This record gives sequence, C-alpha cells and structure tokens, in this order.
Amino acid sequence: MGNTLIEKIIMRNIGADKVAPGQIVTVNVDRVMIHDIFIPFVAEKFKEMGFTKIWDPDKVVLIYDHLVPASAVEDIRHFKIGDAFVKEYGLTHVHRNDGICHQLMPEMGYAQPGNIVFGTDSHTITYGGVGCFSSGIGYTEMAAILGTGEMWIRVPETIKIVVNGELPANVTSKDVILRLIGDLRADGATYKALEFHGSAFENMSVASRLTISNMSVEAGAKAAIFAPDTKTAEFSGVPLEDIDWIYGDEDANYCRVMEYDASDFEPVVACPSQVDSIKSVAEVAGTKLDQVFIGSCTNGRLEDLAIAAKILEGKKVADFVKLIVTPASRQIYRDAIKAGYMKTLVEAGAIVTQPGCGLCCGRAGGILSDGERVLATNNRNFLGRMGTNKVEIYLGSPASAAASAITGEITVPEL
Amino acid sequence: MEKFTGKVWVLGDDIDTDIIIPTEYLAMPTVEDMKPYGFSPLRPELAAQMKEGDIIVAGKNFGCGSSREQAPEIIKALKVSCVIAKSYARIFFRNSINNGLLLIENDQIQDAVKEGDELTVTLGEKIEHNGVEYPIHSLPDNLMDIINAGGLVKAMQKRNNVK
Repeated sequence: MGNTLIEKIIMRNIGADKVAPGQIVTVNVDRVMIHDIFIPFVAEKFKEMGFTKIWDPDKVVLIYDHLVPASAVEDIRHFKIGDAFVKEYGLTHVHRNDGICHQLMPEMGYAQPGNIVFGTDSHTITYGGVGCFSSGIGYTEMAAILGTGEMWIRVPETIKIVVNGELPANVTSKDVILRLIGDLRADGATYKALEFHGSAFENMSVASRLTISNMSVEAGAKAAIFAPDTKTAEFSGVPLEDIDWIYGDEDANYCRVMEYDASDFEPVVACPSQVDSIKSVAEVAGTKLDQVFIGSCTNGRLEDLAIAAKILEGKKVADFVKLIVTPASRQIYRDAIKAGYMKTLVEAGAIVTQPGCGLCCGRAGGILSDGERVLATNNRNFLGRMGTNKVEIYLGSPASAAASAITGEITVPEL
Repeated sequence: MEKFTGKVWVLGDDIDTDIIIPTEYLAMPTVEDMKPYGFSPLRPELAAQMKEGDIIVAGKNFGCGSSREQAPEIIKALKVSCVIAKSYARIFFRNSINNGLLLIENDQIQDAVKEGDELTVTLGEKIEHNGVEYPIHSLPDNLMDIINAGGLVKAMQKRNNVK
C-alpha cells in the first residue's frame, strides 16, 4: 500500500519507512511563525520553562500584522515585548509592517514545499498551498518548540478531494472551498488532512490554492496540502526535481474520497453566522449591503485585486456602500499599483487600507455595528467577528464582492 | 503499569470548550475560581458533585471549539483522573497533554457504561467494566512524560533543570 502526501512528508522528516494514521511521532520543525498577538505569552512561557537560547533563530519568523498600525494603546506593549525578544535571542526574520503572516510565509519562502511548519494562528494551515505541512498550535507549545526544535504530532487520516474539469468563468477557488466546507461541515475534517487532486486544482494558480488551504481549517482540518508542480517550484524558487516526491500515491489509504465535476460549481456565500451555512449567490441575490471587504489572508492576493479591478473598471461603488480593499502584503500592494489595479479600484471609490489583519479580526479599519451587513472575502463569519454581534457577515469570492459593491446588494458576478 | 479505579460521569457527543468553561468566566483570576462553573451550561450541579479520581466518559469530538487552554485545566482542577471519549478535537487534545490531563480514546465502552458505574483503567493496556475488558492503546513515552510531569511547562522545566 502507498502513502498519502502528508505521510510522505512526515516519513521523510523523521526518517521512517512507514507511518500510520493515529501513530504519534516527534518531528523536527523546519520553521515557526509567531505573530504580534501571542508573542508576549510565548516569551513568558519560554522563560518560565527555563530556556536561555532558541534552538535555531534562523528558523523563527516573527510577524506583526494583527495590531499594525496600533488601534489601541495597549497594542504597543506587544511590539515592545516582541522587539525585546528579538534582541535578546538574536532573531533575524522579523517583519514589522510588511503584511499578513500567512501571505508573507510562502511569499518570502519561509514555508517551502515538503517543510513542516507551525504557527501561533489557526490559519497557519495556508502553506499547504505550496505543498507544506503547516498547522496552528497554542503559545505554550510554541515556547517548547523554540527551546527544543521538536514537536509531537499524531499522523492524521487523509480525505482525498477530487475535482476534474473546468470551473465556470465566474467561479473562483473561494467558491470551491466554501462549497467543500458546506459539504464537509464545520467538524468534518477534524484532526484530518485534506489532499487535493484533479485537473481543476492542477489548473489553479498557487494563490488560488493558498485560498483553499487557508479556509480548510474552517472544516476542522489539521493540514490541507496540494502536491507541488512547476507553478509551485517557480513560486517557491526551488527546482521541481527536489520536490517532486511530494504527492499522494494512487493506492494510499484515504479515509474518505469526495469527487466533483468542476462544471457543477457556482458562486456561493457562507451566510451569517456559520462558515458551513452555504447558499448560492443567486439564492441570496438582492440582499442589501452596507459594506464590502476585499482582503485578508484568504483573498488579499494580486489575482484577487485583479479580478476586482476587472469588474470595477469604469464603474462606481454604490454610494451607500463602503468598499474596503486591503492588499495582503506590501509586495502585493506594490505589484497592484504597477499593474494599475489600485488606480482602477480607487477611481471606482474603494477605500484602500494598509496590508494587515485589521478588519478581518474586527480590530480596526472598518468595523460594523448592529443591523449592518457586509459581504467579505475573509474566512470567518462568527458572531461579533467584524464588529458587534448583531452584524451580519456573508463570506464570498472577490468577484462576488466586487459585483456586489457596484449594486449595493449581493450580486452574481458576470465574467 | 499504573492502575486506578474511578466513578463514571457520562457526557454526550460534541462537548465543546464553551460547555467545559463558558467564556464569561475566563477572565476570573485563577482556574480554582473558575472551577465551580465547569460544565455549567450543560449540568450546573456537576462540578460540585465531582470527586477526586472520577472519570468522564463521553462521545465524539470532545473539546471542540476554541483553543482556550483553560478547558483541560478545569478538568484537571476538578481532579478527574482521565477522560475516555470516542474522539477529541485537535487543539483540545494537544492542550490536554500539554496541561497534564490524561485522555483515552475508546469508542466501545459508551454503550455499556452507566453514570455512577466504576471503571478500572490500566494505563496503556485496558479498561475494565463489569468484568468486560476493553483494550486501549498506550500513549508514547514522550507524551506520558509530559502528562506525568504535570504538563509541558513543568516537563520543560525538568528538562532544563529549573528548580
């Protein structure tokens, strides 16, 4: 019997010929990511544990993104503690205002195909888009990794998802993952890995795959990994022959296989306030909106801004709607300016904010109040996530978001 | 092998971290302060009735929901010796080991056991109930080391010779 993709990554990491789901193994961590929210707790636990040096400072990445720029005076404490930690332990990979951690980790090459990466954030799972086994953990465990470089994991079972064929023109990878979460339900992949097969995924850009991996945690997944191909090799700057061992075998042991025809997909939204409450955009079309948000670690990439610019070209945002656009990183911001997307978006009436997490986690830059309704491209529509607990949050694709910003109501995108 | 006997409390499927300790009590200064409110949304009287060495038997997806580390801390503070469930949510499973709470996975015993019954657990070997034995997997030594040390912080302190 063959091996699933994640089994192969784990086997190579620990030097084993075989691992089985349920087995608990200790892996050597290739990279860790800590963000501004949890650095004070990580620093405290690290000292309490009695460590005096970090196992390998080169493998640690510290990113300020949730609190940048600060919206509350107490946020500053996180930067001070973070900066002191950097100085004391000699960290070199520090990003104080370059964008969202889950964009920077693959974009900067910190998370590479075949790596095992942990981060103090549930959306660390995103790097599966480049063939990396990455997952979120708590701050106590992060402190232990900083001291030891090791982490115990349970080898997960794998669900194989197969989508063959061509997606309709107005369907993006966001619509695909929302539909999958609706079918899996919010706990359907708990403790499991997802593996993606089929021509629809092969035809996707790396950015689109990152969107899918990012949201897989909303079905409880521990990892959500794509086999790397030439696009991944180019994106990550590694030779294909170094990473072509990363794929799931035909005869591997999958706990479940879900198969779809790509042409059956349509633009969908997650309705308030469950991520797995999925309806087609057509079904809820006409729902009035107060705000539209295009951004986040799910959908703040260049292709997301490109599709929004294409739809908004020569159009105006409805005058009672605020369209907020947040590029996921400084590099994306720069590229979007160069490509002319920013000009198009601003001329259409968009409010462009600095790269960061602000609005998605309800910290800053466009929070909402009772009775207001938003169509957003981020990953969670939990009660109170983007303002008060009486805000209605719909999650959808950048194409649906842009089309809806023009009409001021939920609208099926035409492309 | 270590062996212990305890009285059973039976809980159902999907016992989430908000049931184990509701958000409104998380700002209390210590876990001891929060302890009386453990499981209160489901069974307000339960925390007061639990005694040292009791065992929780539950269904699937125990500990689903948030990443709060207080959830396993409360169960430990209630002096429950172990939880036996069909399955655990991922972050709760990790947080439990890291906070020194023993979790056992078994999906057979739920049909047989009633609240108030006695169970005997032999670590890494079996559960005994009314003369019937249920085999259990042993946790690897490194995880048992964390549990036996009283959690990950203490295990690391031991490793680093912190007095």
